[in-house]
Amino acid sequence: MDNLGELLHGFSIAVTVPHLVLMVVGVLLGILVGVLPGLGAPNGVSLLLPLTFGMQPVSAIILLSSMYWGALFGGSVTSILFNIPGEPSSVATTFDGYPMARDGRPTTALATAFGSAAFGALVGVILITFLASWVAQVALAFGPAEYFAVYFLAFASFVGMGGAAPIKTVVALAIGFAIAAIGIDTVSGSVRLTMGVDELVKGVSFVVAVMGLFGIGELLVAVEEEFHARAVSSKIDWAEVFRAVGRLPRHGVALLRSAAIGCWMGITPGGPTAASFMSYGIARRFSRRGRYFGTGEVEGIISPETADHAAGTSALLPMLSLGIPGSATAAVMMGGLMIWGLNPGPMLFVDQKDFVWGLIASMYVGNIVAVALVLLTVPVFAALMRIPFVVIAPLIVIICVVGAYSVSNSYLDVVMMLGFGVIGYLFKKLFYPLAPLVLAIVIGDKAEDAFRQSMLMSKGSLGIFFANKLVTCLIVAGIALLLLPLVLQLARLWRKPAVPAADTTAQEKVII
Amino acid sequence: MGRTSTFLLSAAATVLAGTMPALSAWQPQKPIEFVATAGPGGGTDNLARAVQNIITKHKLTEQPIVVVNKGGGSGAEGYVYGKASSGDPYKVIFGTSNAWQQPLVSKVAFNYTDLTPIAAMAQDEFLLWVKQDAPYKNAGDYLKAAASGEFKMGGAQSKDTDEVLTRMIEKAGKVKLTYIPFKSGAETAVQLAGGHLDSHVNNPSESLGQWRGGTQRPLCVFSPKRLPQGPKVTASEGWSDVPTCIEQGLDIKQYEQPRTVWLPGKVTPDQAAFYVDLMKKVQATPEWKDYIEKTSQVDTFLTGAEFDKFIKEDLEHVKQVAGEQGWLVK
Repeated sequence: MDNLGELLHGFSIAVTVPHLVLMVVGVLLGILVGVLPGLGAPNGVSLLLPLTFGMQPVSAIILLSSMYWGALFGGSVTSILFNIPGEPSSVATTFDGYPMARDGRPTTALATAFGSAAFGALVGVILITFLASWVAQVALAFGPAEYFAVYFLAFASFVGMGGAAPIKTVVALAIGFAIAAIGIDTVSGSVRLTMGVDELVKGVSFVVAVMGLFGIGELLVAVEEEFHARAVSSKIDWAEVFRAVGRLPRHGVALLRSAAIGCWMGITPGGPTAASFMSYGIARRFSRRGRYFGTGEVEGIISPETADHAAGTSALLPMLSLGIPGSATAAVMMGGLMIWGLNPGPMLFVDQKDFVWGLIASMYVGNIVAVALVLLTVPVFAALMRIPFVVIAPLIVIICVVGAYSVSNSYLDVVMMLGFGVIGYLFKKLFYPLAPLVLAIVIGDKAEDAFRQSMLMSKGSLGIFFANKLVTCLIVAGIALLLLPLVLQLARLWRKPAVPAADTTAQEKVII
Repeated sequence: MGRTSTFLLSAAATVLAGTMPALSAWQPQKPIEFVATAGPGGGTDNLARAVQNIITKHKLTEQPIVVVNKGGGSGAEGYVYGKASSGDPYKVIFGTSNAWQQPLVSKVAFNYTDLTPIAAMAQDEFLLWVKQDAPYKNAGDYLKAAASGEFKMGGAQSKDTDEVLTRMIEKAGKVKLTYIPFKSGAETAVQLAGGHLDSHVNNPSESLGQWRGGTQRPLCVFSPKRLPQGPKVTASEGWSDVPTCIEQGLDIKQYEQPRTVWLPGKVTPDQAAFYVDLMKKVQATPEWKDYIEKTSQVDTFLTGAEFDKFIKEDLEHVKQVAGEQGWLVK
């Protein structure tokens, strides 16, 4: 119970008037950059960083992390209302959040998302509080082979659990891998797939890809279907905010399952993006209303949001204890730590107790502040949906163009964003799933690096993926998920009461 | 009306006459952009932000400064951007020796000759690190153990400074190492802590926290003499206690990573002179000393002919290693 004492000490640091003011300011700024196009948490935090140089490290990190929470919440707003995810990890929220908002229930969608996000974050912080030292150990066990196994599991869960035809999922994944390969390759150091365009050496930014795929792609479909030039009639309804949050406990199983997935992916450095996608895929398979997913299901919002925030929060721990930033924002904060004269690493917990526990306590308080502030603003945001489509459509185009340009001030990105818009449209028309494409763009190159690093280590032997219990479990689970659709299909073909579990093991043996 | 404009004109003339001789010939007239050729949080980014902070704090120029990160393609994104901004004195590029090393080994669309060199500001040292509980106590033992040919050496990026140094160690120590590239030094340090690697050659700041935390320790430093005396890192040791590699029979005299500052090509000598002067002023501040100490770098300042000479020598050296390894791009 040492940790509890430390935590109380942390609260005495975090809950002071100046720090509470910093939290409110940080959260508000965060919501602002989260909602504004093309800004996002990493940019916001780096803009604010120079202001913190004169501050106490603990005040500085409270300001920056509060801004991070605010931006995460703000990012969900654009995902749900306009189908434009601000961060890779909020892509999965668009799948059911956007249909629900378009259906005239934006308040419910936003309140559900915020409520479950807060729950996820809370579970993440509690985990950090009690398991700080243990968590650091788990992360250390992850070498390249284990990393690859986690990514493989994320991909496989999409093939096995996704809603689309498995073969189409595989095609979407493959296209995503090709896009992820553009630019300089970490392992060989050579330039790949730039097709003579010098600027492509930097690779394809995730923001550019999703703004086109989701924002523009959706718009093209809507225009074609003469998406009713009517505004969604949404009343400003404060009571609905509380009703939506009040309904959350009914989905207790989904909440707990998603929080568990989120924490697991946050600790094993799979990260929030993989967590939210996996959680969505698994929920779709196990939820009783799984086949309605994608049309505005409550659990389709709860699952990715809870997992995203649980992973995002617990991922701060590897950053502090090991110095591996789990996200771009965490990387900026880590740069800040160095400038404030602190070195992330195992000693931080021993040398800088005030800092670490002040931060952890501020995560409790900061998240409460953030969720209170965003819930209050829900009806205001929801009111945005009442603007007619003819006004909103050009606005979305502007948001996407400005967002794509501001990634690295490059016109090429704008052109590529529009190109992705066309791809997104074609995918929708041909019933190809977008989620695996995005997942592959985001973690495809990491998976590739990890695979090739493992191959270098083992001198080309695949045995490295079965070298210890951890990696074997992950790989076997991945293979099982990958073969699940095949097994189910075979079972259906033979029209006899097949036992999928037994078949899966048989298949695995053949593969291994 | 006529009188007003005459007045304004003469006022402008007075102001101009007053300021011109006092200051250097060129002064920036609009905001300046610092381009870090690395992602947020890395060593290059930290340098750009530290310099920005010092300039703003001491008001070394009237113009505001913004830092942008263009770290795609191992930094190539930022250099290509610098090349494309030819003649624009409002873009300052912060990089490393990558500027001349990268074009040698990969087909990137720039060369360091497309840029105007301003200065090399700080030097980062390299050390040989092993896991805390590894049996070897010095570089000699390490090389003996590495003779088995099973050793895994990690590093940041491929065919970059870390791998060049690894190949030099192989040659000097007559061993064979398996080099495994990761995205950054921090990531490599964690992999060593987890026991997935046998060694790496990180800069001091990249492994400082890990050393203090007792997960890894340095065997020797690739420098002609020991590092300067500073505060203790662990309970008993500081950087100055780390022996040099030559002392321990690993014959690599010197290997350093300069942090470099550039302008785009085709700027006037006046404009270049302004930034050389600005960086010199930055270096004279106490905040700079503080930054150097906190990041455990070595304070140096190379500019003009000295900087050119440094680049040429380093280039010859890297060309030789890259040639032997068959890395050179045609």
